Amino acid sequence: MAAIKVTNLSKYWYQTKAVDGISFQVNKGEVFGFLGPNGAGKTTTIKILVGLTKPTNGDARVAGYDVIDDIRLVKQRIGVVPERSNLYDELTVTQNLRFVSKLYHVSAHGREEIIQELLDLFQLTEYKEKKFAKLSKGLKRRVVLAAALVHGPEILFLDEPTSGLDIMSARRLREIISDLSKHGVTIFLTTHYIEEADLLCDRIALLVKGKIIKIDTPEGLKKSLHNTPILKVRFQGEFDNAFLDSIQGETVSLLDGELSILSKDIHASLESLLRVAEEQNISLQNIETIKPTLEDAFLQLTGVSLDSMQVEKEGKL
Amino acid sequence: MRLAEELEGVWAILEKDLKAYYFKPPNISWGILFPIVLALSFSLRNPEGLIDLAPGLIAMAALFGTTSMEAIVITFEKRVGALERLQLAPINSASIIIGKLLGGTVFGLIISSVMTFITIVFLGAEILNPFAFILVLLLTNVVHSALGALVAVSVKEVFEAQTLSNYFRFPMIFLCGVFLPLDEMPQAFRFLGRLLPLTYSVDAFRGLMVEPRAIFIDLLVLIGFCLFLPYLSVVKFSRNQE
Repeated sequence: MAAIKVTNLSKYWYQTKAVDGISFQVNKGEVFGFLGPNGAGKTTTIKILVGLTKPTNGDARVAGYDVIDDIRLVKQRIGVVPERSNLYDELTVTQNLRFVSKLYHVSAHGREEIIQELLDLFQLTEYKEKKFAKLSKGLKRRVVLAAALVHGPEILFLDEPTSGLDIMSARRLREIISDLSKHGVTIFLTTHYIEEADLLCDRIALLVKGKIIKIDTPEGLKKSLHNTPILKVRFQGEFDNAFLDSIQGETVSLLDGELSILSKDIHASLESLLRVAEEQNISLQNIETIKPTLEDAFLQLTGVSLDSMQVEKEGKL
Repeated sequence: MRLAEELEGVWAILEKDLKAYYFKPPNISWGILFPIVLALSFSLRNPEGLIDLAPGLIAMAALFGTTSMEAIVITFEKRVGALERLQLAPINSASIIIGKLLGGTVFGLIISSVMTFITIVFLGAEILNPFAFILVLLLTNVVHSALGALVAVSVKEVFEAQTLSNYFRFPMIFLCGVFLPLDEMPQAFRFLGRLLPLTYSVDAFRGLMVEPRAIFIDLLVLIGFCLFLPYLSVVKFSRNQE
């Protein structure tokens, strides 16, 4: 039995299609990533699957139960880490975990033991009497994750779990997520950090404008570019971006002053680049070819511009 | 089993709200100061007729005690995403709303009890039927807490909740017989007053403190509001999820 099964799921907000007839299945114990830019429908899909909103059309089953008819049974079997760390500022870490355990009807008999185990697991014991408001962002995320696990869920929904965290905190959280997966917890992860999806996910669904463009393993997505090398070029000095249109290639994009050219005919692209650079008197600093990354695959498959992803990252970080 | 789980959820929300919001020192001190200042200002203005005002002051303390915090707590949680956490739990919307409105009810009970204590000890007011008085006090706080919850689930921002609360709170003070008996008001105001729950609270308190008489109808109407307003809040809250 699949941990999550979604069939022709749609959600309209008035006339806008937030989710547009998507279908997918998540296997038990799998880390499944939902990757896409803001507004792609990631959070709306999660909201439907966890019972926060109802779909306009289609079916969704989580842990074998229908998300409309059996939502209570679904909620008992899932843990959710929302994008915002939404525990209670005025309560301590322990009080927050105790409160959530009561909401999920964890037996009073073993409650304190479970809380202590989670505090140990997430290295939160020294902060257990600290108010949630006083914790750093990284610690808050750990507490929120601990709270999502207090009732031992089969499936964990993580909505942008490392958003806004520093590198070390994000890395620690990824290690925890990876460990949870090894212990058999099914993980449904939404992120717009492509590297994160590459590191954590067994399979990834690429979502753009409410539609799933492709579902595959990270390696499978990279292979979809037929192992075409990517040409990376750095320039010296300023130049007019308009010259990019003159370069031959399937995908030509500029990010942080670095030009990426994905092309089936890399030689023709290189020739056109050198010709245009010479015509417009643009100095090249460095040229190299690299193997395609998941980011390249994402850009090629979705058509989303690197710039828009970068704006999104900057906005979040 | 299911009922026990719902009740556990209600209790957890109540306990959390009291700890996280209501029982904070500034709120408690405001809760105690508010009725004292209110009683003091009226006693300075009109020391003779203060006992007549006691029922209105107690009802008003309940109105402000419940609605002032209730609407803010819910809209604040909505804004920071904490209300969403409750919606993710395996409890139904009714349990969330009941848990929330009980927090307001407890706080309102504290404030209105302080006001009752002041009117009895310092102003010489008498309670003719303590059991009925406690019942009316409880119903009054539940009804107005539910009104606060209804306002809160209908708006998005904390300031909207405060503004909307004032839209009904201040007219209620004048339309519900707090200062001027309903019978002495113009016909249209009397009609409006009869639509508002505070009128029945003031009337019942008056019947139990100043003018001894049966308060059966007041009790019935308050019980009706006690069922109707939370029901409306739950419907509105559930619709917001769709």
